[in-house]
Amino acid sequence: MTSLPRHTEKKLGLVIDLDTCVGCHACVVACKEWNTGGYGAPLADTDAYGSHPSGAWLNRVHTFEVTPPDAPAQIVHFPKSCLHCDNAPCVTVCPTGASYKRSEDGIVLVDESMCIGCGLCAWACPYGAREMDPVANVMKKCTLCVDRIYNENIPEIDRVPSCVRTCPANARHYGDLADPQSAVSKLVAERGGIDLMPEMGTRPVNKYLPPRPKAKAASETMPEAVPGFLGWLDRALERLG
Amino acid sequence: MHPAVSVIFFTVTSGAGFGLIALIGLGWPMHEGPLAAFLACALAGGLAVAGLLASTFHLGHPERAWRAFSQWRSSWLSREGVLAVATLALFAAYGLYWMATGQRVMPLGVAVAVLALLTVISTGMIYASLKTVRQWHSVLTPLSYLGFALASAMPLAAAIGTDRSARTIALAAGVLVVAWLIKLAWWRRANASDFMPGSDTGTATGLGGIGKARLLERPHTGENYLTKEMVHRIGRKHARALRLVAGGAGFVAAAAFLALALAGLPVLFLSLAFASVIAGLLAERWLFFAEARHSVSLYY
Repeated sequence: MTSLPRHTEKKLGLVIDLDTCVGCHACVVACKEWNTGGYGAPLADTDAYGSHPSGAWLNRVHTFEVTPPDAPAQIVHFPKSCLHCDNAPCVTVCPTGASYKRSEDGIVLVDESMCIGCGLCAWACPYGAREMDPVANVMKKCTLCVDRIYNENIPEIDRVPSCVRTCPANARHYGDLADPQSAVSKLVAERGGIDLMPEMGTRPVNKYLPPRPKAKAASETMPEAVPGFLGWLDRALERLG
Repeated sequence: MHPAVSVIFFTVTSGAGFGLIALIGLGWPMHEGPLAAFLACALAGGLAVAGLLASTFHLGHPERAWRAFSQWRSSWLSREGVLAVATLALFAAYGLYWMATGQRVMPLGVAVAVLALLTVISTGMIYASLKTVRQWHSVLTPLSYLGFALASAMPLAAAIGTDRSARTIALAAGVLVVAWLIKLAWWRRANASDFMPGSDTGTATGLGGIGKARLLERPHTGENYLTKEMVHRIGRKHARALRLVAGGAGFVAAAAFLALALAGLPVLFLSLAFASVIAGLLAERWLFFAEARHSVSLYY
């Protein structure tokens, strides 16, 4: 059923900290690894060892350069995966009912046995979160590791999405964003977490924590008088011409 | 957006087919006899079905296409499928009764026409409903699909029917003019501003508050599904030339053939008018996809 649930009991999702992400792509690889062996068809690649490798990935890290008007440029690594939107346009456009949003936890999933591979959901997603599998010809997307988070066969510490479990910088956080007392909700409140492309009206569950303001770099001009040994050296060299 | 040949062929051909079905349903004067009735219905239905079949070629799993009839409550693609099948089923009943008795049942024909035009509108709505592609997200999109469906079907209906009066040919020319005026308005709107007014890489990433944001490195070294499907750039290079081709064949040449049909050899020139409208629409539809820019481009 591709009509969206009016209300979801939980809003499970991710909070991604753009301040601490170091751009190592470990989450990207961990995601590919887990989702190639778990839920649904394996995430295929084409020409993986050739000159034009391509493939389906559910999480990708873009890298942006931001240049403030009065300071040097800074690098921001930007991981992007499905945001499990409350008002998910990818779900309502699906003609077959393969795309759906769960009313119990808000996770957006694809039933691959019903997917006809028309690609319309990928067009409807503003973020580019869905990719067609080049071998199975069905739409792939982040499942929030639904086969980990409820999996009682794995240790409790592993019952989080694979990307969160692997992140060495602790830049990815998982939890219930419907509960204002949850650690992720508090983090969003404290750091001013934002929605991506709010103008699209998708109401994403995942939030992004903006980079913290940088301390002003020291001025590049030489100070007038330097005390101590360096000052003496400076004056001595000055005299030598 | 990636211009898939199957989808271009589908939208142009089934547009003409459903346009012709609508005109026949509204009682367009046709030749007497069961054979003529059969040929007219087979041509209209055949164009519509050929288009629908072509559309299944771009599916990853065409064998599951029947599932697409289930989600008409929310999906325009599903609505289009349901409306197309309903139109064809009613049109088959209309055609069979016509062949068997020589009678064209007006109320049934009007119902067929309404359904056929709704099918064309829902094809346009598949694209118009996507907020992610601003050029498409407009009421002008379904209007232009409707205009072109009728503008391509009229010369064909006049060529195979019995009424080739100056009034009818003038009507076909009038519909052609209106259809292209809608398209001109569509192009004007598409040209008017940025592809996402008010949004840029800074707003899409939320980094714009810090300073000027630009992509430093893509997340992948080669192409991927997103860049091939939605960050398609080849089409825009020749956009001006292709617009001239679309307007030249689809309007100027078609209008000239309609004018020649008034002077003599109407069947030949009406057929040529139909062929040139279709040729122009193939270029127009290619541009419809190739020129469209998706919001994910802001991350690339």
